[in-house]
Amino acid sequence: MRPRISELAWRNLVHDRVRLLVTVTGVVFAVVLIVVQFGLFLGFTTTTSGLIDHSRADLWVMTARVPYIEMGVPFSERKLSTVLATPGVAHATKYIVRFSQWQRRDGRQESVQIVGFDPDQPLGAPWNVVEGRTNDLKLADNVFVDELYKDKLGVSRVGDEFEIRGRRARVAGFTRGIRSFTTSPYVFTSFKSAQNYATVPGDQTIFILVGVDPTARVADVRRALAANLRDVDVVTTGEFSRMTRVYWMFTTGAGVAVLLAALLGLVVGVVVVAQTIYATTMDHLREYGTLKAMGATNGYLYRVIIQQAMISAVFGYTLAMVVSWFVVRGSVKGGAAILLPLPVAIGMLGLTIVMCTGAALVSINKVTRLDPATVFKG
Amino acid sequence: MDAIIQAQGLTKLYAQGEAAMRALDEVSIDVRRGELMLLVGPSGSGKTTLLSILGCILRPTSGTLRILGADVSRMNERDLPAVRRERIGFIFQAFNLFPTLTAGQNVALALDLKGISGRPARERSAALLEQVGLGGKLDAYPADLSGGQKQRVAIARALAGDPPVILADEPTAALDSHSGRAVMDVLKTLAHERGRAVVIVTHDNRMLGYADRIVRLEDGRIVADESARDSRFGIRDLHPEGAVA
Repeated sequence: MRPRISELAWRNLVHDRVRLLVTVTGVVFAVVLIVVQFGLFLGFTTTTSGLIDHSRADLWVMTARVPYIEMGVPFSERKLSTVLATPGVAHATKYIVRFSQWQRRDGRQESVQIVGFDPDQPLGAPWNVVEGRTNDLKLADNVFVDELYKDKLGVSRVGDEFEIRGRRARVAGFTRGIRSFTTSPYVFTSFKSAQNYATVPGDQTIFILVGVDPTARVADVRRALAANLRDVDVVTTGEFSRMTRVYWMFTTGAGVAVLLAALLGLVVGVVVVAQTIYATTMDHLREYGTLKAMGATNGYLYRVIIQQAMISAVFGYTLAMVVSWFVVRGSVKGGAAILLPLPVAIGMLGLTIVMCTGAALVSINKVTRLDPATVFKG
Repeated sequence: MDAIIQAQGLTKLYAQGEAAMRALDEVSIDVRRGELMLLVGPSGSGKTTLLSILGCILRPTSGTLRILGADVSRMNERDLPAVRRERIGFIFQAFNLFPTLTAGQNVALALDLKGISGRPARERSAALLEQVGLGGKLDAYPADLSGGQKQRVAIARALAGDPPVILADEPTAALDSHSGRAVMDVLKTLAHERGRAVVIVTHDNRMLGYADRIVRLEDGRIVADESARDSRFGIRDLHPEGAVA
């Protein structure tokens, strides 16, 4: 026999199981919607800057005022020798990211992004290689594509041959989970082949990736490079990553749309939970009046209502996380990654509690205004 | 007998359009320890308003109210719940039990308001239900109890805080005569043997025989305040059982 606040809150909730089901369903719906939309946002954001974040470079040299990685403009590769001669530079390599056309065997054209790097250098190589070796890309016209895009590109196995802008391309390996934010999959190849596929003139590059000596400070090397090089920008990997993410997520509005959908989920959740908790409060209004007459403070009543909201939140969150786990798992092989890192999952618990507690405010307002004298009215 | 409740010049005005309706008009009344007082009068005479003010759940427009010597009419709004919790037990016409809680839990909820929980609350709830003759109904839900049993659970709940004042609003109105008698017997015992001041609003003439004192209100004023012994309501010689039957 536990007539404490939590017992009363629990009994009030389970007294009407249909209403509890509606409340929990509302919370589940809202939380899954928020998780999916926010997970998509995280997935998109991570995808947009994937090449930069996995480049292992400390600094990027590029034509001035390039806003994001897909907008690189060719410049003279002679700048590479200046970069290599700068104190503090441990490695530097030419790098290409540029759109091109992939021709399937059935003749259909697909837009791709050629990623050209030097397989002898530790910078800019593909990651998550599941078939083939990076060194295989030293051979001219060998390419890696991601497993996710096999169907799109018409690839079935290593050794398949295609054409990129009329030049032969042979699939030498596969990566796993390297998505492109655009509809054009990445095709990794050697820098030399990339120049051909992406029609970059033989004496030009689009980026120079720089690895800084561990004994040097990145900021110092950056300053030295900026002083030695003309008509280019030198940015850190973090800055370039941020620039690319901001461009795709906010300048294009893609991320804003996804975030708005997440916000919509929050609003839906608040409305559904507020309605059901309010209805439960109205059902028990006479009892709250009785409690007030018996000497319960408003704080005591608030705790009953808030605990009802918290119980709904915990039930809803738990079920929503189960549903979300399946959704996230299902997205692994899909075109869009939905990410649910642990901190976000934990944060969602907090957000769900805030959502449900916020929804309880309408009921709290009602109880605050409740006149205990109503208990004497028949 | 000591006066537990001392009300002086209580007036309550309600706004009614541009005019003010006088629900209580200069009501002065004392209620003494061990006294069972009935408030009677026609509908709209101000009985419930007076009970609400005596119970500190409604504030008078003017006048003073002292409970155990403390002037509660001048107390801060935030301090009144504590007065209700510590000094007053309420009994309602419609019982106002929590349908989702057992009889024991309903009683223990009142103890919880006083910060008593766990085993002490369980033991005290069981003892209070035993006291009102419902020792075997600790785990019964209100829906499984008769009207009289529900009202006795409500009495046990009102006693949970061990209050010196019991205020009851039409406690027998929803009960048959047998249950009504049983409830009145308990209230009479509380007044006479436990020294509580019991104030009961009633329309039920069958209850008159239980009263030590009968106060009649009309149009917000006290028109009669007599001890049952001298009452002109003609109940002096009635046996309580006879009065209820």
